[in-house]
Amino acid sequence: MTSPHLLWLLSGIGGILILASIIGEILRLRLSPSGENPVVENLNARITAWWVMVILLAIAFVAGKAGVVLLFALASFAALREFLTLTTHNRADHWSLVACFFVVLPLQYIFVLTDLYGMYAVFIPVYVFLLLPVLSALRGDTRDFLVRVSETQWALMICVYCVSHVPALLYLRIPGFEGRTVMLIAYLIFVVQLSDVMQYVWGKLLGRTPIAPSLSPSKTWEGFILGALTAVAVGTSLWWMTPFSMLQAAAMCLLLTMMGFFGGLVMSAIKRDRGVKDWGHLIAGHGGFIDRLDSVIFAAPIFFHVTRYFWSLT
Amino acid sequence: MSPALRSIAALAVGQAISVFARFMTAPRAIWQGIEPVPKQRVYFANHSSNGDFVLIWTVLPAAMRRQTRPVAALDYWLTSPLRAFIGRAVFNAVLIDRRPENRAEDPVAQMAAALDAGSSLILFPEGQRNSAEAPLLPFKSGLYHLASARPSVDLVPVWIANLNKVMPKGEIIPVPLICTLTFGTPMHLAPGEDKPAFLGRAAATLLALRPKAQE
Repeated sequence: MTSPHLLWLLSGIGGILILASIIGEILRLRLSPSGENPVVENLNARITAWWVMVILLAIAFVAGKAGVVLLFALASFAALREFLTLTTHNRADHWSLVACFFVVLPLQYIFVLTDLYGMYAVFIPVYVFLLLPVLSALRGDTRDFLVRVSETQWALMICVYCVSHVPALLYLRIPGFEGRTVMLIAYLIFVVQLSDVMQYVWGKLLGRTPIAPSLSPSKTWEGFILGALTAVAVGTSLWWMTPFSMLQAAAMCLLLTMMGFFGGLVMSAIKRDRGVKDWGHLIAGHGGFIDRLDSVIFAAPIFFHVTRYFWSLT
Repeated sequence: MSPALRSIAALAVGQAISVFARFMTAPRAIWQGIEPVPKQRVYFANHSSNGDFVLIWTVLPAAMRRQTRPVAALDYWLTSPLRAFIGRAVFNAVLIDRRPENRAEDPVAQMAAALDAGSSLILFPEGQRNSAEAPLLPFKSGLYHLASARPSVDLVPVWIANLNKVMPKGEIIPVPLICTLTFGTPMHLAPGEDKPAFLGRAAATLLALRPKAQE
């Protein structure tokens, strides 16, 4: 499944990460020799997380379609575990929750793996939406019923439905782009994550005006605009790796950075509501899976459907 | 089974149980006013599931894990060969009999002997799994008797959050949810402190470790 473009992109990212690791190490030696500067520590933790992400993706790409589907199924599992830890449920929901993890999640990814678009596009929003509350209703406990079933459905939409649209990109049939759909995944994740990083970096350097101070004090207009522009510029310059023209790539990058930003905003609102700083602690002390993936989660289904509608034959 | 094979099997089963516990609960240890250092301790925790001691065992650093033995009910763990293997060989549990009329040995003497041999202990002072609405059942007196028998040993409170939701009593299939274990400042029996006062203080210390969101 590897294409020369993928190798170039991965080596490019590897180069950026090596540079980032060196800068991170210099900053650590200068400013935080015994871990006293939280900004430097946080930066280094993020760099490590990206290394892990890139290495896992590279392994999955080499392993082929099944490998990519499996990787994102596991990511869904970890995300769902984080999300449902924070939602409202009681003993009457035990079987619905078991079904989320051990029936809904595997089925959704089997539908993706077997390219059943007609199923994976509607399975969770239609079938699961209507049938899962029945499991909870049968147990007879009506306390907070609507809250419980709504939050469980939300968890599935975010953590399973949205995430599964990343590997689904592999199955698009774009004329002249056969055998290279893996580039769509690499491109999606690269642009969205770059936008996240650059918003963080520009925000730290020049951030003055908070966008939503009650939600996330670290999100500023300066950081957002400059970060998104940087990601759009870099993403557009890589148009030749994609099925898009230069102008189309620019529009697509703008869409991706906007959706990624919205994802961060909405997921922050949920965290605020539940009184937590991070979704989990998968990377000791540096947040959970959803914290790193919130922007990709929001961007993936829109990217999938826009690409499918305008470029794909299926 | 030969002893060598048995200990290899025990090691493998212990690792498998630990990996499964990590997969289901991604357990996170919060050390609050205490460090994870290899020092002799009695960990006492709230008890809502059979997985409780597995989680404590899983989040301890490997060197400490080998030194730490759960205190478990003989009348539960010796009821089948598989349970006996897991209780004895895998977790090296100190098995005590909860039924006074059947006892061959005094439970406090058994625990004190394990401490004298250099082990740390995991203890559930409620004496049984709690499936009630109240966060803690009244403590049994074992913790007090142990604290007066070995007054210098650190008694470390451990609050296990969320495991009761992973596997509510009576359910067969667990649901994966993140659990946290909060380890608190060690306590000791104060001079002149009587049993109700000490047990009350121990329960309050443990309850104080509950994560805010659960209250």
